[in-house]
Amino acid sequence: MSDSQSDAFKTYARKCGIVFGAVACVTLVMVATAYAPIQNRAVAIGLVLGAASVNAVLVASYLMHLISEKRTIYTVLVFTAIFFVGLMGLSIWATNDVPAVMGR
Amino acid sequence: MDIPYTVQPRPDTGVYNAKVGMWLFLASEVMLFGGLFSSYILLRVAAAPGTWPTGWLSVPLGTINTLILALSAVTTLLAWAACKASMFDRYKLFMGLTLVLALVFISIKGYEYSDKFRHYEVVLTDGRIADGHLVARNDKEVVLKGRYVQNHAQLMNGRDPHAKGHEEIRIETAQIKKIGNYAPAHNTFTAIYFVLTGLHGLHVLGGMVVFAYLWGPGSRMWKMEPDRFTNRVEVAGLFWHFVDLVWIFLFPVLYLT
Repeated sequence: MSDSQSDAFKTYARKCGIVFGAVACVTLVMVATAYAPIQNRAVAIGLVLGAASVNAVLVASYLMHLISEKRTIYTVLVFTAIFFVGLMGLSIWATNDVPAVMGR
Repeated sequence: MDIPYTVQPRPDTGVYNAKVGMWLFLASEVMLFGGLFSSYILLRVAAAPGTWPTGWLSVPLGTINTLILALSAVTTLLAWAACKASMFDRYKLFMGLTLVLALVFISIKGYEYSDKFRHYEVVLTDGRIADGHLVARNDKEVVLKGRYVQNHAQLMNGRDPHAKGHEEIRIETAQIKKIGNYAPAHNTFTAIYFVLTGLHGLHVLGGMVVFAYLWGPGSRMWKMEPDRFTNRVEVAGLFWHFVDLVWIFLFPVLYLT
């Protein structure tokens, strides 16, 4: 192990620490938002899920290195995203098909 | 026979084979969990007003578990970075820490599960409902620590200040019309909660088995093929980050909204 390798590790560890700190802060904000007296339930849920998405972007970008990946990986993920959006889209569109007897 | 592209990147993809394989596997995992989240959405929007429970799960425990899993994602990454920097002792330390954090996560989840299995709802012959944790049960009576409510609607909001009763309730067996714990069969919420968190928990256990191997017997590869071993750690880490990502969405969906 050379000094430059050790320094590189320390720099990387510091960066990881910052990412963890950010994830922890966003998590606490998310919990605080859930307890905040927001009257509109849809807005409250949207804010909580928005905070979760910020955490997901932090993890995917920095911990999974997606911020600087190869084209092959991005291609796989683009197709995954298309199918995932389709799946969720079907779920949301299908909510209109729930019979009135079920209470909607 | 040598397996090709375990260390060197494949010319047409630009990455080593195991990494492409792991990303393809994670793509299938996105669809698996996506299907279950989709089920959750449909079940929730189809629930009659006032029948979907909120606040039934412990937010402090969920928050702690979120932070533990995020920290374990960082220690996994540091284990890989230590391999890259040829610091094998640091690798052992950070991989060991990851295992300990994963064990703590599973233990907390196990406690939450056992809490739900000890939580009972007893419908009495006079129409009242006793709700609380089981203290004792025999042929003559059931003893709960909890409270009485008049109907199911009063049980739906777990954040209600009166929701956690602590009085000791003794119910004679003859008074019981129906009794059941908060197991998966209790209602739609507990069913989807146990399915989602159970599948996630299985992924955590699977990751722990791989990490235990890479920390123990599998680490012998470091002496012969350090680059290949480093790639194994990276690929296992990718899986672990995905497990963290899934929890990042499970926590707000099940615990906070």
